[in-house]
Order: sequence, then structure tokens, then C-alpha cells
Amino acid sequence: MRRSRWISLSAMPVALALVATGCGGGGGDNAGGDAAATADATITINETEPENPLVPGNTTEAGGSRVLDPMFTGLVEYDPQTYAASNAMAESIDTTDSKVFTVKLKKGWKFHDGTEVKAKNFVDAWNWTAYGPNATQGASFFSKIQGYSDVHPDDPDGADGPQPAPEPTAKEMSGLKVIDDHTFEITLAAPFSVFPVTLGYEVFSPMPDSFFADQKAFEAHPIGNGPMKFVSRQVGTEIRLTRFDDYQGEDKVKFKDLVLKVYQSRESAYADLVSGSLDYLEELPANALAGKKYEADLGDRAIVRDTLQLQSVTFPYYVKPYDNTDLHKAVSMAINREEITQRIFEGTRTPADAFVHPLTDGYQKGACGEYCTYNPTKAKEYLAKSGFTGQLKLQSNTDGGHQEWAEAVCNSVKNALGVDCVFEPLTSFAEHRQKVNAHEMTGIYRSGWLADYPSIENWLTPLYRTGASSNDGLYSNPAVDAKLAEADQAPSKEAANALYREAEKLIAEDMPAIPLWTQKNVAGRSERLKNAQSDPQRNLVLSSVEIG
Amino acid sequence: MGRYVLRRLLQMVPVLLGTTFLIYVMVWAVPGDPFAGKCGERACPDAYITEMRERFNLDDPVIVQYGKYMLNLLSGDFGETSSGVQVIDRIADTFPVTLRLALVALVIEAVIGITAGIVSGLRNRGFLDSLVLVSTLFLISIPVFVTGSVIQLVFGIQWGVIPPTVSSKATFGELIVPGFVLASLSMAYVARLTRSSIAENRRADYVRTALAKGLPQRRVVGVHLLRNSLIPVITFLGTDLGSFLGGAIVTEGIFNVPGVGGLIFRSIQTKEGALVTGLVTLLVLAYLVMTLLVDLLYAVLDPRIRYE
Repeated sequence: MRRSRWISLSAMPVALALVATGCGGGGGDNAGGDAAATADATITINETEPENPLVPGNTTEAGGSRVLDPMFTGLVEYDPQTYAASNAMAESIDTTDSKVFTVKLKKGWKFHDGTEVKAKNFVDAWNWTAYGPNATQGASFFSKIQGYSDVHPDDPDGADGPQPAPEPTAKEMSGLKVIDDHTFEITLAAPFSVFPVTLGYEVFSPMPDSFFADQKAFEAHPIGNGPMKFVSRQVGTEIRLTRFDDYQGEDKVKFKDLVLKVYQSRESAYADLVSGSLDYLEELPANALAGKKYEADLGDRAIVRDTLQLQSVTFPYYVKPYDNTDLHKAVSMAINREEITQRIFEGTRTPADAFVHPLTDGYQKGACGEYCTYNPTKAKEYLAKSGFTGQLKLQSNTDGGHQEWAEAVCNSVKNALGVDCVFEPLTSFAEHRQKVNAHEMTGIYRSGWLADYPSIENWLTPLYRTGASSNDGLYSNPAVDAKLAEADQAPSKEAANALYREAEKLIAEDMPAIPLWTQKNVAGRSERLKNAQSDPQRNLVLSSVEIG
Repeated sequence: MGRYVLRRLLQMVPVLLGTTFLIYVMVWAVPGDPFAGKCGERACPDAYITEMRERFNLDDPVIVQYGKYMLNLLSGDFGETSSGVQVIDRIADTFPVTLRLALVALVIEAVIGITAGIVSGLRNRGFLDSLVLVSTLFLISIPVFVTGSVIQLVFGIQWGVIPPTVSSKATFGELIVPGFVLASLSMAYVARLTRSSIAENRRADYVRTALAKGLPQRRVVGVHLLRNSLIPVITFLGTDLGSFLGGAIVTEGIFNVPGVGGLIFRSIQTKEGALVTGLVTLLVLAYLVMTLLVDLLYAVLDPRIRYE
């Protein structure tokens, strides 16, 4: 008797919660907004606390980027729909040899403090960010420019070693030259055909003269050249921006004020989103995604969008027998991507068929070919060829909801190949990354890549070139290296993309990593946002916002 | 009395030193790289790591780091976070909010809990007594996050009676609902504690004497019985205020209260050692002061207790 009461009492809140989810939603019409209401409106969006001072060259994480992105417009911006790069502040970026680029700026652009944006503002900002002693997070983005090693010498034994980094021999990169107020020249250390595409990242933003005069004052009140300007910041609570009416770019915003509200948890932000006091949440919390609860809560206010994320597993070449390419193919063909994406992710993932994300310039459909297609018979043939016996190990951190699919992948391999496969969990993402970077993994491990800029190059060079920054599995193939180098030197982007595609084909023959699936993201908007789009980085496309 | 307080205050010094040292060591001993996640999805540049290690003395042995930290602390410098914000500013932002939340919770807890306890203690085995027992059992058996989420869902989202989350100002009025959620569990304990204390003391000699003297029932209960029965309850309330200050992470998370609990939680995750130690030092201090106040209150409540 006592027992049954306990159960019924504790079950009550659950029952309440279940009833509650049945309600909510309601259809909104997407007929477009009311222009007058939009012009004076204040939009509130979710924010995480920025990790660093608000300086574009020193911000590479999501919280800071979300504030700085609307405040700065670089030479190049990415289209929110196709994610293709197009000139924004740049009138033109010309080159004949993919080594020297001449940049012409559009005239009449102003910073929020009224001073004009000149070539010098770009060159000074880039030099400041790249300069070693300034210790910025974005410094490495400038490593392709000639003279970078003089302003930012490598620490000979890494940050962990006892030796300090050598003093820089120059304060400015020799590859940057101001020609006149609206023209400057970039010389790279080596030809790099897709360089202009990389310039859309915030670290390449111009900075006003006032920054170099008083950095502390700038950090307290950042001044940019983008569609929105800084109003105030209450650390840990909210940041306010307002429309910059003198903005010259295409992506003008129609509403007036933007409040970036810092939430303690994604769950509390979701509660505000459902009740209508928050206008945009870039990623729904797990409790809303479970069982597609958000469909009942939000109805057509949910925004589903592809992101530039590709989930994969990588083979550590430094552990035998994981350097065997036949084994790579066997494992890859033993994974039933279709079934796992449907069963575990309920369709929020799309099986990958290439090493490059489909939203990227240069993507070719099916580049991974039969190796990324489920085929147990062929998988068994490759396994026999590899001569592998024993147990396969799959390692992943479990704090990001990776356990379910990692176990499913292991089971799929086990069923298709008939070899044992165990999933070995690591507690946190930090621990996982630390072991991956230190080359201490002992089995196949989870890896994922989020593109920095939308070019096929970014999906290949950093990951598969010998000694590249994120080539954690220590994969090395001279043919691939040669092809990538050739592509870097191609005279045009089109010629380069063709060569990168050839390199991708070569990589597919080795399968140093197994592409699994690309990720869709579910964001949510409030009822009053009549038009709101999400970009592939999950952020709200501010210029699209209309109120009704 | 004065000497007793002085001795207690002096005892706080080693306790404070010990706890801050433990916290400091633990923050940096948690496995994981302090720079993981600082620079987004990629590793931080070497120059950045070197600079940060220099600024936070991370290359020194822990004991030296701690020494430097304490020296700064003594001169009133709490240090700054990696985003260049003064720790003292963050504390000044969040502490008043949490203090308001804790006070609201404490008042709700004390008023409802003690009233229910007295009512049921005086009517032993009656209907009201059973009602209090069953409802407190109900409260004790539900975890706070369930209470919080259900209240938020029903009142905030479905009925729209209250805003589902607290605004950035977090006024007393807005904190009533989160305070109620935070207090719900302790409220049940206070009620049960008061109830058993009252029920026990009801049969005490001094109560019988008071009744025999012909004092009115109200005075017997309100002055003689209640004062003595409240001693265990006050102990509980005092330590509870301390745990409300630092332990409201769940409630703060649900209702988006920009307070200390969530800040500590996030600072531990992002390895903001200076922030964690600064906050915890203050919490330890608050805890120590509260226990001292409780001890002094004993003497007020029960004249038989004296401090020499």
C-alpha cells in the first residue's frame, strides 16, 4: 500500500509534464512583416557569455562571435543561404598568380565613430592580431601571409616546453602593403588559390584608429563597421546593440535594437522561447529535441537548417593495425549510416557521401563512392584482405550525446563483419581532445569538423595533409600532399577546386577517416518574428528579420 | 560573550585559509586542459597559452600560485577572469541577486514551515497533522528540478500567470516563485522538525508549570513552548541560508536567475580559477558568519545557554 502511493505520487509531475506538452504551438502566417513595427522593434536572442574581450582578432568562440559578427563587416561575407563567399567591403580582390592579391575597398564606408574605413585599418588590424606578444587567439589565421614567421615566431618546444618563444624580429608582416586609402596588397608566403574565400572570418575585420590609441576603452565599448553598433554590456547578463543607420552594405537590418541575453541554461532559454519572451534560440536543448517535443511546442516556429558540421571517425595511424587501409574500407562499408541516422537521430542527420560537406564550394556528390555505402559482403572481403583478427575499439567522449550512435556504429560493424567491437567512453570533450592531440588514442576515435570557411580546401588540407594542424591521426600520403600543393597554386578558384576534388578521390582510396553524417540543426523563433532565417553557423540572419 | 565571539572569529581564519587552499588546488587539479574550448573548436595558439599561463601564474608550483593569490586577496584584489573582467565586479553583480533569492526562500521556508509545524505539533494525530505529514512527504519526495520545471511549465508557459524566467534585474517580486521552489524541500524539513520538537516539549515540566499557573494558552505556546522548540529549527535555517547561497544551481538554471550558483558551475567548467576561489571564499565566509549568528541566537532563545 505504501509502495503504491509513493509511485503514484512521484509519477504525478511526469504525468503533468506529459499533458502540458500537448498544448502550445499555434500556426503563424509567414505573410511578411509590418514595416513600421519592424523599424522600431527590439529583438532578443540567446547568448552565451563571451570568453574573451570583445576584439575581433581575439575572438574565435561562439559567444563572442555572435556579438562581433553583426558589428563588423569584413572584405568578404558568406551568403546565409548558399554559404558562397561574395565581396562585402571589398570592391574587388584580384590576383594573377594566387600569391599576390590586390584588394580594392568600397568608398564611403564608416566606422560607428564616424571615421572612414581605409586600407590602413585592415592592415593595422591584421598586423596587430598576428603579432606574437599580443597573444591573440586569431593569430594563426594570418600564417599564410608573407612575413608571419617574423612577427609570430614558433615556440620551438611548444607552449608546454621550458623555452620561451623567441622575440619577433618585426612588428609588421612584410606581405601587407598599403597602396592608397582604398587599396592594399597582400603577398602570401606561398600561392594559395582559395585565399579570398577565407577572408569572411571575423578575425579579418578592420579596426578603427581608436583601438590602437586605447585598447582598454575599445574593449569596454567596441567600435566596428557592421550593420549594428554597440550600446552597452552587462557582464553575465546582456549585451545591447542598435542599428547603425550609416551602414553601406547589403545586409542592412530592418529592426532597431538587438538584445543578446545570456541564459544560465539552454532549458531556461527554451522556456522563454516557448512563452514568447525570447525571439531566437540557435539550438534547442536536448529535452526539447527528445521525441521531437519541439514540434508540439513550437509548430512552424522551429527552423531546421543544415550546418557545416561533418561527423566522422578517424583511424590513429600510430597504432597497429589501425594503419591498414583495407581495414579502413571494411569498417566503413560495415556501417549502416542510413539506419543509424533514421533510428537514433530521427532524420536530423544526413548520411555523408564525401569528405566534404555538401554546403561547401567544390563539393562533389559521392566522392567517397562505394566506400561510404553500406555493403556487408564487400566489407567482409576487405576484412579478409586486411588479415585483421581480434577486437576493434571505438573511442568517444560521452558528454555531447555521442554514446548512443557510437554504440550503434560498433554494433553495425560487429554484425556486418563478425569481429568484436567495443565502445570505450571518455568522460569529457576536453579529455578527448587532449588525448587526440597528444596522439594517445588506442582505437578508432570520434572526430568532427566544422568548416572555418566554405571551401573544399578547408575540408582536406588541415585534416589530411602530412603534418597539418588537425591531422591528428598522423595520416600521410605523398600523392595527396602533392595534389593539394598543386591545387593551392592553381591560378583560379575553379582550377583549384578541380584539383582538390582529385585529391579527395586519392584520400578516399585510403579512408584515413570515415565520414559518417552531416548535421542538421533545429533552432526556434518567436511568434512575432514573421521572417527569420538561420545561417549554417546556426546564427539568426539579422537582415532577414521582420516583425508582424 | 565578547570573548566568545572573538574566539570564534579567530577560529575562522584557519578554516578560511584551509578551505580556500583546498578549493584552489581542486580547481586546477580537475583533469582537462584549461584552454580547451577557450578558442572555439580549435586549439589555442601557443602565444595565447603562454600569455595566459604567465598572467595566472600557471607555471609556478600550486603552493606558490596560491600564495600569490592570497597576497593579492589581502590587498583587496580578487584578480580577473580570462575575458579581462574583474572578479570583484562579477561578485558584486551576482551576490546581491543570490542573497535576495536566498532571503526570499528563507522567509517562505520559515513562515510556512514553522506555522505548519506548530499546527500539526499541537494537534497530534489529528486531521491537520496528517495533512502536514502527507504533504511534506510529497515535497520531500520530489526533486527540486521537477518542482521547478513543472511550476515553470504550468504557471509560466501554459497559464501565463508568471513570466517563465526572471528578468536581468531579478527583483524581490520576481524571485518569489523561484524562492518558493528553492525552499520547497527545506520547508518540509522545517515543518517536520518543528512538529516533533513541539510535540516533545509539550509534555515538558515548564509547560505544565505555565499551564498550572493559569497562563493563557496563547502565551504558553507563543512564548514558553515555541522559544525552546525553535533551537533545532534555527540551526537548520541558519545552515540552510548558507546552502541557498551556493547551492541554488538547479533553481537558478531553470528560472535563469543570474546568481552565484550558476556562475560557480560555469566557472568550474571553464576553469576560471580566480573566479571560483573568490566566490567560494565569500560563501565560506557567509557560512561561518551564519553559524556564529545561530550559536548566538541559542542564548537569546534559551536563557539556560550562556557563552563564557
